[in-house]
Amino acid sequence: MIKKLASCIGKYKKETILTPIFVGIECSFDVIIPFLMAYLIDYGINASNSKIIIIFGILLVICSFLAIFTGVKSGDYAAKATSGFAKNLRKRIYYNVQDFSFSNIDKFSTSSIVTRHTTDINNVQLAFQMIIRMAVRAPLMIIFSLIMAFVINIKLALIFLVAVPLLGLGLYLIATKAHPIFERAIKIYDKLNNTVEENVRGIRVVKSFVTEEKEIEKFNETSEKIYKEFSKAERIVALNNPLMQFTVATIIVLISWFGGKEIVLGNLTTGEFTSLISYTIQILMSLMMLSMVLVTIMISRASGERIVELMDEKSDLVSKKNAIKDVKDGSIEFDNVNFSYVNDENKLCLKDINLSIKSGQTIGIIGGTGSSKSTIVQLIPRLYDVTSGSVKVGGIDVRDYDIKSLRDQVSMVLQKNELFSGTIKENLRWGNENATDEEMIQACKLAQADEFIRDFQDGYDTFIEQGGTNVSGGQKQRLCIARALLKKPKILILDDSTSAVDTKTDSLIRKAFAESIPDTTKIIIAQRISSVQDADKIVVMDNGKIDGIGTHEELLKNNEIYRDVYESQVKGGKE
Amino acid sequence: MEKHKKAKIDFKVLARVMKYLTKNYKLRIFFVIFCLLMSTIASVGANLYLQTLIDDYIIPLVGNKNPVYTGLIKAILTMGSIYLVATIAEFLSSRLMVKVTEGTLKKIRDEMFCKMQRLPIKYFDTHSHGDIMSRYTNDTDALSQMISQTIPQLFSVVTTIVVIFIAMLLTNIYLTLVVLAFLVIILVVTKFMTSNSGKYFVKQQESVGKLNGYIEEMINGQKVVKVFCYEERAKEKFDKLNEELSKNMYHANKFVNSIGPVNGNLGNTLYAIVAMVGGLLAINGIGNVSVGMIVAFLQLSKTFIRPINQISRQLNAVVMAVAGAKRIFEFMDEEPEKDNGYVILVNVKEEDGKLVEVQEETNKWAWKHKHSDGRVEYIKLEGNIEFDDVDFAYEEGKNVLHNISLYAKPGQKIAFVGATGAGKTTITNLINRFYDIEDGKIRYDGININKIRKDDLRLSLGMVLQDTNLFTGTIKENIKYGKDDATDEEVIEAAKLANAHNFIKRLPNGYDTQISGDGASLSQGQRQLLAIARCALSNPPVMILDEATSSIDTRTEKIVQDGMDKLMEGRTVFVIAHRLSTVRNAKAIMVLDHGKIIERGTHEDLIKNKGQYYRLYTGAFELE
Repeated sequence: MIKKLASCIGKYKKETILTPIFVGIECSFDVIIPFLMAYLIDYGINASNSKIIIIFGILLVICSFLAIFTGVKSGDYAAKATSGFAKNLRKRIYYNVQDFSFSNIDKFSTSSIVTRHTTDINNVQLAFQMIIRMAVRAPLMIIFSLIMAFVINIKLALIFLVAVPLLGLGLYLIATKAHPIFERAIKIYDKLNNTVEENVRGIRVVKSFVTEEKEIEKFNETSEKIYKEFSKAERIVALNNPLMQFTVATIIVLISWFGGKEIVLGNLTTGEFTSLISYTIQILMSLMMLSMVLVTIMISRASGERIVELMDEKSDLVSKKNAIKDVKDGSIEFDNVNFSYVNDENKLCLKDINLSIKSGQTIGIIGGTGSSKSTIVQLIPRLYDVTSGSVKVGGIDVRDYDIKSLRDQVSMVLQKNELFSGTIKENLRWGNENATDEEMIQACKLAQADEFIRDFQDGYDTFIEQGGTNVSGGQKQRLCIARALLKKPKILILDDSTSAVDTKTDSLIRKAFAESIPDTTKIIIAQRISSVQDADKIVVMDNGKIDGIGTHEELLKNNEIYRDVYESQVKGGKE
Repeated sequence: MEKHKKAKIDFKVLARVMKYLTKNYKLRIFFVIFCLLMSTIASVGANLYLQTLIDDYIIPLVGNKNPVYTGLIKAILTMGSIYLVATIAEFLSSRLMVKVTEGTLKKIRDEMFCKMQRLPIKYFDTHSHGDIMSRYTNDTDALSQMISQTIPQLFSVVTTIVVIFIAMLLTNIYLTLVVLAFLVIILVVTKFMTSNSGKYFVKQQESVGKLNGYIEEMINGQKVVKVFCYEERAKEKFDKLNEELSKNMYHANKFVNSIGPVNGNLGNTLYAIVAMVGGLLAINGIGNVSVGMIVAFLQLSKTFIRPINQISRQLNAVVMAVAGAKRIFEFMDEEPEKDNGYVILVNVKEEDGKLVEVQEETNKWAWKHKHSDGRVEYIKLEGNIEFDDVDFAYEEGKNVLHNISLYAKPGQKIAFVGATGAGKTTITNLINRFYDIEDGKIRYDGININKIRKDDLRLSLGMVLQDTNLFTGTIKENIKYGKDDATDEEVIEAAKLANAHNFIKRLPNGYDTQISGDGASLSQGQRQLLAIARCALSNPPVMILDEATSSIDTRTEKIVQDGMDKLMEGRTVFVIAHRLSTVRNAKAIMVLDHGKIIERGTHEDLIKNKGQYYRLYTGAFELE
């Protein structure tokens, strides 16, 4: 995991290496400065030597400024390395997601992908910055300070050798004991947020069933649990500071006793004595820092794993080498196709599909919810691969095409279609980046969208809000159709794309298709019989199988499901 | 997001946070403060005592052939005890603080949620869900950070500074002035850095928002991206936003990272300057400065600078926490839903043709109407709904409903059709008083609904909405949502009525299947069936079906229809649907346009009229 994450440092290697180096230099100043201070006191002030006072005073000032310089420099490099690392991480996983196939996308929920881009990267980035700064600084400070302590007085320094591991162990125990409780608490915290979210979204249900009290009770139960768990964890963590203080105090008391004797014996100066105490504090502060780094790394580990999971997810759909780039025509052939979303022969969503469509034909597909209408058409632009059998476009297996070339020729309007924030023009250009205004208007005219677009104050420059919330359902669908038309595809698939369009406009769209793009194969999935009844062929789907193929008249005669649907719509309800 | 280019602390909000802390834990807080004071003073005292220890108990022994250590031992023991006091006080304060912090957070969360349940629907319609959610998450997190860490730290830091400052003044005024002068420099430098980092921090937050928004939009539409081979272009824009965020993040952190080393080493510089000035003064005998005094003073000045560094690092956290607290309090201060209703629902039984109120469940209900003259009237709950010349506006002056009058009796199905925005859903929002009407009257069994207590009014109405919201829990729990004490048989019966039994049976754990994430694993149609079952179980005399079958295909709908018809028997039902086959068999169909009923009648009447309904029916008019 670490190797994979580290590979995202990329061109910020220089900063990533320079940060610890400068941190190291800064550390050495932090250690030298108390040493200089001791000298200044012992041989300057105590000895009333103004020359030494001035020389060492100035030396101290110089050292401090050098330390400021290296400190600022290391901070600067760290900021650059961290922000660069985070940038590369985001880029890496975002790019990988862009390569995802539909089945990859189905595997992760949208919110989990977004969280990995945001919260998880944040955690990892925090840990990264800590590692290149604090995780370098803390051990260095401990080592340097220990060395200085040994230089000053070996006997007294031995006190550290006993105390440091003991405190380290204590801090480690606290961190490892508290961590699992925190993790548990965070899970409950997620549950709490989930409850809030459900209530915000379902407030109408809550209010109309008058279950406010019940929901409050449910919430209080969870929040009580959080309170208990967090309190438990916090109480353990609350030991950190006192433990630290206790150790500091013990060491100081010990140094005072043994050091005092040494001073009396003339083996130690008072300046050295105060330096030892400075080193004591520095060492223990560094230990504290280390335990903090440890906790952060623990927290970010799970995030790191989630990020790597997204990085490692490889698309199962790739273009072959020497893939065919030219789609000859819009003919389609399904040959004994079986398909399962989970690639399991026992969980087939499509069974024994055989269907042949000539270039330029209009095909209607009809069937109930869950009859796999959408599934069948998603195989044509190779959004999924068949489990067995083959799908051919222009006489060639879709798996032999270059994916981009294939999808450029097979244009599909999805059932759950999205418009993106931006002007109408920008949205239309999804279909063709270089489309001219004339081409756009032409496509919109075909999709019966031109008229309402012109009614907007800003016409084609009208801004569409995220998710297309500022246009009506029918308008949104027509814009999506226009966008798909701009590709000038050989095959056009409309997956229930005119459900919110009134029947008259719907028929105008179909008429425009027939007149203006007669060579394009058109596949129309619909709930409404009227949307498909004049198609060249209508396919009736039921439970993943083709239940019947034929024209409107043929199916009315010999297909029960089709007749049922027809009657439910034409006669309506029960009479 | 609120715009605050310049980060400032709102002290009123801060005071309110403090009030929260002290309100419930008065004694505890008092102890915490006492302990914090003790630990701070004791540790500062112990540090100062160290100098006395050296000067008075060690130095005099130097050169002594047979040193007597009893004095030193005593002094060390004294110092040790001071440290012990500091440690114990520290331990107690952090331990006691846990309950204050976590307890206060729990209280704030509970109050927020409780408050949320009392807010009118209008609040939810005018605030984005993300905005409400972030008050529970980001804002509470920031506040928690502040209560548990920043406030105690600030407290001990301020105490330290005051104690040390007094000690410095007592030691030497001139040297104190030197320190103060230097302090000004440190503060100026700190201010420069925090305001710079603050500026970029705001920018960073902005670009985080932009980038996250973009990622969310793209990932949501990822399938469209694939279909249009838009990947490369999606990457381009992402790169631009990502680069921008990285740049702002770099600048913000550059300054934050620098504050520590800069201030720390300015402290060291101060040390050198005090040593030089003091040393030279002492040697030249100016200003009453002794060697021991300088040494003591140096120690003081060092301890003085450290807490100032700590404060400057906490500043950003405080600003963020106070901003968060402000949003939390704003939420809590929202006006709750008002309810002046006094007519309530009670169980009754019939005795000699008269209704008598009883405590036990009889499955017979009546409205208990206490008149102002003290007379108590019982009116049988039947489900008659009457609209009398109703006007309504979401925003003052912009009426969305005009002169709506209608009458619905038990057993009748009333349908509303019309384009998006014609006011169909608005009418149903008025019956259950999600919104209150502007003018006119709505009566339930002849009682003005303004007089009925909202909870009782809503209990007597069943709603199935287009966006079905399910809750985490089992299928059974979801169906029982409105009636906790329902038996399994009742649940199954309701599910059968809604035609949901068949698909539930096929789920891995049947009725005990867990639903999570708003039932994402169920299809929209299945969720609607569950919502219908849920409503059926609660058995209300009046039902409102707002596009309740829109996601069920026409063939299945036909099957559900039988159950629905059974369900509707003897009830008053309001149906909103854009699919005309759903509303055909209604007793009366109201065609709404721009908030007015423009046509009404049975399907046959309306078809005969060849008006708007006819045009809708023949498909000449776009619905949604």
